Amino acid sequence: MTMTRDWLLSERPASRRQARIGQIYRTWLAFRGNGLALFGACIVLALVVVAILAPWLAPHDPLIGDLNHTRLLPPLTEGYWLGTDEQGRDILSRLLHGARITLAVVALVAVIATPVGLLVGTTAGYFGGWVDTVLMRITDIVLAFPKLILALAFVAALGPGIENAIIAISITAWPPYARLARAETLTIRNSDFIAATKLQGASSARIIWKHVVPLCLSSVIVRVTLDMAGIILTAAGLGFLGLGAQPPQPEWGAMIAGGRNFLVDYWWVATMPGLAIFTVSLGFNLLGDGLRDVLDPRGRK
Amino acid sequence: MTFATIGGRRGALWLRRIAASLGTMGVTFLGLLLVTFLIGRVVPVDPVLSVVGDRATQAQYDAAYRALGLDRPLIEQFWIWLTKVFQGDFGTSNLTTRPIADDIARVFPATLELATVSIVIGTALGIPMGVWAAVRQGKLVDQIVRIVGLVGYSAPVFWLGLMGLLLFYFKLDLISGPGRVDISYEYDFTPRTGLYLIDTAMQGAWGAFGNVFSHIILPASLLGYLSLAYISRMTRSFMLAELGQEYVTTARVKGVPEWRIIWVQALRNAAVPLVTVVALSYANLLEGSVLTETVFAWPGLGQYLTNSLQNADMNAVLGGTLVIGVIFVGLNMLSDLLYTLLDARTRDRQ
Repeated sequence: MTMTRDWLLSERPASRRQARIGQIYRTWLAFRGNGLALFGACIVLALVVVAILAPWLAPHDPLIGDLNHTRLLPPLTEGYWLGTDEQGRDILSRLLHGARITLAVVALVAVIATPVGLLVGTTAGYFGGWVDTVLMRITDIVLAFPKLILALAFVAALGPGIENAIIAISITAWPPYARLARAETLTIRNSDFIAATKLQGASSARIIWKHVVPLCLSSVIVRVTLDMAGIILTAAGLGFLGLGAQPPQPEWGAMIAGGRNFLVDYWWVATMPGLAIFTVSLGFNLLGDGLRDVLDPRGRK
Repeated sequence: MTFATIGGRRGALWLRRIAASLGTMGVTFLGLLLVTFLIGRVVPVDPVLSVVGDRATQAQYDAAYRALGLDRPLIEQFWIWLTKVFQGDFGTSNLTTRPIADDIARVFPATLELATVSIVIGTALGIPMGVWAAVRQGKLVDQIVRIVGLVGYSAPVFWLGLMGLLLFYFKLDLISGPGRVDISYEYDFTPRTGLYLIDTAMQGAWGAFGNVFSHIILPASLLGYLSLAYISRMTRSFMLAELGQEYVTTARVKGVPEWRIIWVQALRNAAVPLVTVVALSYANLLEGSVLTETVFAWPGLGQYLTNSLQNADMNAVLGGTLVIGVIFVGLNMLSDLLYTLLDARTRDRQ
């Protein structure tokens, strides 16, 4: 054990691989010291596990309930620990399946918006001049709308549904990443190693992709993690307004909207999905906070 | 003589800077208009059908198609739409059959009142909390303030609204429910400014004032909580920066009371960037108000927007989006301007 530890923390790594793994281990050590961040990471990990295993974890069918026997059962009923909704569906099972939708939204938005932001930001920063002006103007214009309002307008135009909600959220999500990537690019654009690569005849695309993007990645990843909570809240808000996932899909925001009609007498129908949204978005916030402290010391205040 | 020259040069610099930021503003606004226009064009709803109905003949359909200007090139359509918008003409709402500009003017005061009360609550609580957390950095108070902020960042506002209604209205009966004022009080005053708290107070209708207050307090507290999360976090980091400065050490050495150092000297310097933070939070409240107004049946811009959305009233959606976008950009620029005005260091730089 101590052998491994010494190898990982070695001041003189013998290989590039050792240096890289050692770096990761050091980051992990710093991260581990932050209890709240670790808690956040556990929540996010739990979300992933639940989303993958939902069909095996869920005790009942998430879409079809028993209208005759299990309508609006209160929480802590045996077999239906979080109660049932107006169609007799087990809320716990719906929440577990809803985790899949939430994870899909978060993952897809990250996969769509991050590369777009990186590409726009690094291109603008690397080339400068009118390319920079045009790209950053476009970025500023998209940034000029409040996110939820722009997403609402896009969903209104594209039509309701989870796919369109994901597209709309992605359209509103990339500008901050572009700005961040541009700022990072500006600081490394005139470095000697970039000039050296250029002298060796590397194309601009290769320099951006192989040398600029990797250096921007860590701060952008921190920012994306911090934004995840906001993305979850926006998706839930769209679902609540009936513009996101459509019934009978067990999307958490839409479930709150469904429970709203029975709020007074059957409080649990609207309360439970809200708690789920809150927990997951808190998890992402804590994780993002911790990552920022570890990966991006400049952002620490 | 020299003083005047410096003043003159600085004045010219100022003019140039103002001209530059006006130029940026113009481009951003034009971009806002273009984006809104293009969103309107990708709608799968056929705008002609909503005018002529689905039993129109082909000739009627073509006539309406031309009347709406849809046969012209896209750029020309944009120009026509642009000139109309600049005249305050956003078209007519299919839902209310009134001009959209009138609708927006009618619902706007409700949102303004809600956002203003919210920002007052958020600032009045958020700044002292942030200061307190900075002074006791790393202690229990700091952790509590941090967690209170994180909860504010993480909870869905529409769900908090529902929970608040359930607890304080349905169960405890401490406040009034959805809406701005009860019907029984609605005729006790005439809405002149549209801000009911001011209207009722000025007309001495104190019963109605109390009722309006009991309606606004919960949604405003919730929105205020959202801005509190942001304001307290920023206050904390600004104060930490100030408290590490040398003038604070000097003041301590000179024996200035600690409360004076914190609340008067350091806070005054932290107040400069805080003004921009508060202005930004005010702009962000517009966003929060969309969902909050839906939950509280608050007849403001947010509810107008969601109502129009759910009824596929695209002109109204675009009008609302545009107005919110313009206010948002305006507040952002105002906060930049205030920052330049208030901070002598940014003013003299360059």
